[in-house]
Amino acid sequence: MDLDFQVIIDNFTYFMIGRYPNGPLGGLGLTMYLAVVSCILSFFGGLILGLLSLSRYPVIRYPVNLFINTIRGLPLLMVIFWMYFLLPALMGKTVPESQTVIMGLTVFTSAYMSQIVRAGIMGVPKGQTEAAISTGLKGWQTMLYIILPQGMRNMIPSFVNQFVSLIKDTSLAFIVGVSELTHVGTQVNNRTMSYPTEIFIFIAAVYFVLCFAFTSFSRWLEQRLAWRKSI
Amino acid sequence: MLKYHFDWSIITSGKYFEWLVSGLKVTLELSAVGIVGAFVLGLVIAVLKMSNFKPLRWLASVYLEFFRNTPLLIQIFFWYFGSYKVLPTAVNEWLNNTNFEFAAAAIALIIYTSAFIAEDIRSGILSIPKEQMEAARSAGFSFLRSMQYIILPQAVRITIPPLVNQFLNLAKNSSLAMTIGVMELTYQARQVESYSFKGFEAFTAATVVYLALSVSITFIMDLYNKRVLNPQRS
Repeated sequence: MDLDFQVIIDNFTYFMIGRYPNGPLGGLGLTMYLAVVSCILSFFGGLILGLLSLSRYPVIRYPVNLFINTIRGLPLLMVIFWMYFLLPALMGKTVPESQTVIMGLTVFTSAYMSQIVRAGIMGVPKGQTEAAISTGLKGWQTMLYIILPQGMRNMIPSFVNQFVSLIKDTSLAFIVGVSELTHVGTQVNNRTMSYPTEIFIFIAAVYFVLCFAFTSFSRWLEQRLAWRKSI
Repeated sequence: MLKYHFDWSIITSGKYFEWLVSGLKVTLELSAVGIVGAFVLGLVIAVLKMSNFKPLRWLASVYLEFFRNTPLLIQIFFWYFGSYKVLPTAVNEWLNNTNFEFAAAAIALIIYTSAFIAEDIRSGILSIPKEQMEAARSAGFSFLRSMQYIILPQAVRITIPPLVNQFLNLAKNSSLAMTIGVMELTYQARQVESYSFKGFEAFTAATVVYLALSVSITFIMDLYNKRVLNPQRS
């Protein structure tokens, strides 16, 4: 077993940013771009789906829950393939691969985020709603000013965990040909031929450092927010 | 908008139907191997993580953190493309003589999922108050008998739902095996699409199968939660 990591040093900038600034952004930079954009979009997607799934009206609640559970029952790969077929058909023009992936990740992650939002809202004691209503706040005001801010505290660590899953899930963008970190890894592997072990250990290490940092951050947040709550 | 002729007959009979069925078979095989392997390995890691011997605990933590925080796809690629340099020659020969794609995907799925399962098992056992053990011991049960009659029956009951959830995740994650050429359900759906240009039909078929799988398991787990975990509520 003799590993030669020279191939990593030679291609280091390619792994990190692709051909940027002379070409499109790729590698780790694109991975982060996909993860951050999908995370922001699915935060709002999850918030909306979560609130709708708690709606008082069955006409809203049932279809939304059906949608959420359908997405949660599918592999992410399936969702991405669906986007790959549906988006061009719905929009009547070709859609760049990176946008297809962002849409797939957003739809998929929104469904999971909605469960976090749901649990966070249901974790706020009922007395809070009753008190807010009896001070004369309307339903939406109660939700916006009283329930959500308190529920958000329970949700934040789970949101960070979801972001970690998102970073890992961006690796699936490889399948539709987006040149993020995984794709760049296979590219360099195909070009150099004889260093697959070194390349995939390196790529795993890059993902690990990134994800582990956020996992630790989420644990720290969890302890800190739990401590604050007790006062 | 759409000038697309739906032709559902291609996925309900004939060659393409057979492809999809054979894909489902591989998905189920891969999931079954993965579930058994991941459960056994997860149990071992959970025990290591709870051991009194510090280096073992530390080893288990490194294992858990590393495999939980790297994408499954990279792990699949590592075992498929890169493992030959770090594995002993005998293992390599054995792997090359079996269905290597399937083996690499199974190894990656087992290791990845075992890290999640270990945490579920551990938190299930830790969720039993330690007074239960103390009470059992003072009632005259030996350590093993307390485990057998008092702790484990309670721990297993609450560990089953998260475990089943991980099994379901494993079945869904097995779709990633298509990237290294394992001919499972997603692979076959894509194959049907590229041969017949009937992408909607092919992916609808695969979607329905995945949904049927997860809906039926979710339904059983709901029943389990109602009947076994909270019997007084129903």
